Amino acid sequence: MGSTTAEHEHGPDGVDTTHPEGVGRRDLIKRSAALGLITVPTMSFLSACASGGGGDDDTSEDTQGETSESNPFGVKKGSKLDVVIFKGGYGDAYAKAWEAAFQKKWGVTSTHTGTQEITGKLQPRFNAGNPPDIVDDSGAQQIPIDVLYKNDQLLDLAAVLDAPSIDDPAKKVRDTLIPGTLDAGMQEDKVVALNYIYTVWGLWYSGKLFKENGWEEPKTWADFLTICKEAKAKDIGGLAHQGKYPYYINVAIMDLIAKTGGLDAMKAIDNLDPKAFVGSDAAKAGVEAIYEIVEKGYLMPGTNGLTHTESQTRWNQYKAVFITSGSWLENEQLKQTPDDFDMKFMPMPLLPDSVMPFEAIRAGSGEPFIIPSKAKNLPAAKEFMRMMLSKEWSTLFAKEANSLTILKDGVDPGVQLRPGTQSTVEASQAAGDNTFRYLYTEWYSEMDTAIQNASNELMAKRIQPAEWLKRAQAAVDKQAKDPDSKKNRRD
Amino acid sequence: MRKGQNRFVVGFLLVPVALYLIFVIWPYIQTFGYSLTDWKGQSQTFAFIGLDNYTALFEDDIFLQAIWHNILFLVFIPVITILLALFFAFMLNAGGRGRAGGVSGVAGSGFYKIVYFFPQVLSLAILAVLFGAVYRSDSGGMLNGLLMKLGLVDESAPIEWLNEPNMVLWALILVVVWHGVGFYLVLFSAAMQAIPRDIYEAALIDGAGRAHTFFRITLPLLWDSVQTAWVYLGIAAMDMFILVSTMTAGEYGGGPDHHSEVMATVMMRNFLLYGRSGYACAMGVVMLLLTLIVSVVMLRATRRERVEF
Repeated sequence: MGSTTAEHEHGPDGVDTTHPEGVGRRDLIKRSAALGLITVPTMSFLSACASGGGGDDDTSEDTQGETSESNPFGVKKGSKLDVVIFKGGYGDAYAKAWEAAFQKKWGVTSTHTGTQEITGKLQPRFNAGNPPDIVDDSGAQQIPIDVLYKNDQLLDLAAVLDAPSIDDPAKKVRDTLIPGTLDAGMQEDKVVALNYIYTVWGLWYSGKLFKENGWEEPKTWADFLTICKEAKAKDIGGLAHQGKYPYYINVAIMDLIAKTGGLDAMKAIDNLDPKAFVGSDAAKAGVEAIYEIVEKGYLMPGTNGLTHTESQTRWNQYKAVFITSGSWLENEQLKQTPDDFDMKFMPMPLLPDSVMPFEAIRAGSGEPFIIPSKAKNLPAAKEFMRMMLSKEWSTLFAKEANSLTILKDGVDPGVQLRPGTQSTVEASQAAGDNTFRYLYTEWYSEMDTAIQNASNELMAKRIQPAEWLKRAQAAVDKQAKDPDSKKNRRD
Repeated sequence: MRKGQNRFVVGFLLVPVALYLIFVIWPYIQTFGYSLTDWKGQSQTFAFIGLDNYTALFEDDIFLQAIWHNILFLVFIPVITILLALFFAFMLNAGGRGRAGGVSGVAGSGFYKIVYFFPQVLSLAILAVLFGAVYRSDSGGMLNGLLMKLGLVDESAPIEWLNEPNMVLWALILVVVWHGVGFYLVLFSAAMQAIPRDIYEAALIDGAGRAHTFFRITLPLLWDSVQTAWVYLGIAAMDMFILVSTMTAGEYGGGPDHHSEVMATVMMRNFLLYGRSGYACAMGVVMLLLTLIVSVVMLRATRRERVEF
């Protein structure tokens, strides 16, 4: 073996560095330093918190005009409005249409920013006391409303809500809204965020598929199962759900529970009742009904492991009759939906002896719009928000974003809506006051996750309804005992 | 002269050390500080609660389960990856039958070397999407589609690879191994090429077969590289956040029903979803400690006499 490569290595000072112990230790230090860089990269954002403050700029510099009956806030012609819109599932085309209409009516030009990085773009501006005039504070990077509120950054929207409505000046703006939709934006009895989009949740189907098979909207659970059975005979799945996100199948389970047992059954869950699930007949009936679908093989094959887009697209390809989702579904699936699909929304069918009527739906509001208290052009911002709650702008929104707003009957009947959105309009009119909305999903995310996991197991047939009820109750009890979680209550 | 030299060295080191302290060490200290509070993560108001977060951690079944999964990864990922990489590297460099007396790889080894390295080029995010399509739980998935064509799987009951408690961890291990083998193959190849040819030739003359050559010559001379690979794979096994969070069910992954949970996913869920940021910081500190312990133990356990040649 003549040609070996290296002799003993020597350090610059002639120190022998080949001793194995020494090398090992030095390598160790090097490597542990390297792993420090790798392992916990998530920690660097800890220092990113900032609090409010900033200069006390005069907010009404030259933006306050004369007030009059038609101009209650005194919008000043020629002033500027700074609008920031979260550009997510609803896009931002609707806001551009609004701003054009606003400029036409008031002569106020606007600077428009459509972005997904709400926190990144706005936090520095809030800190510097230089916030925009109106913001759609939504999406994954929204700035938490309560944080902004605690830092005195939000305008109390009472002035807007108590102003006369554009469509009917005899009424206040707040009286033209769907009842209960302002609750989501309240902090300490003040409305500081306007949750503008009205969302309904339930089942969706293809009108075309129904027509081809001579099916009618099933009003009872038995009819629903009959359709699933007929579909199965034709190799079509009955129900699809977004298995990777059990949030969606929980909509079906929880809606059945609420409709069977009435609002009391729903509030028992939100209020962490020790008999919310175990010992509740409605809960038992609801979860057993869903399990029947699994047991009889009416689920779309593989749906338990699919993401929301995967299973929704399969449904758009007529691989399943029904799917559970909220009213954003149509806009989300625009590109995948065949032209003649004829998307339709329907409430959950009824189990025997249900307290609520078939028409009852889960409904509520989302997408918070805020006016910063330090906005430069407060009069125009307030007027802008008042106009958002006019029939004209609400219709514009419905056309551009395929969704409803919190304005009661807010879409002009002459407007041609997409079929899915149109069917949600009809469904929510038919529902009238028969709407309900769970709040535990907002209040107790840990309990929500635990119930979602149980539902995933149920749909995969790994647990039975009795076990599901036990696990869901355990999640409720755990949340009730948790000393850290704030205790909310609804009556 | 010596004194001036020292000042020179210190001058050069000052800035990097300062940067390191500010951007690497300081966040760790901050994290430890936060872990002693009930910080909710949405504002800078919190109270000091001592070690409560740490005592709560030891009663958190989900976090303990996550540690267990990390340990499973720690055992299987390095072992499988290193064994496969060693085997392939050996075949590519010294596994050929002695043609004309020389030592060489199997036929076409140059080509294989490049092909094996392909997976390493992909980022983990792409990998997650790619294997999402492989494991897809209906007939559209590559595995399911294939098995259905072969008549091994019923079309109405596809295998939900990532939604089976007993399968999900193995499915994830396969992805990591597939990704890593190529890189470690190249690492080991380089080390093998540094082994003098004449050792092999001598062995060949003495009549050593492939297995003998590998265990008596190649492996001992590669030990340093194997050790390095071990530590890096161990660190990867302690993390696994990207793959688990993007491929498995639930917010930040971990599904079905916590069966693929790792420490990092539990931490993120507590931090961002549950608003229990102080608690999540405690998890971060535990992760750091465990990872440090693992790398120390691995380096100690695999230390052996260095072979000089």
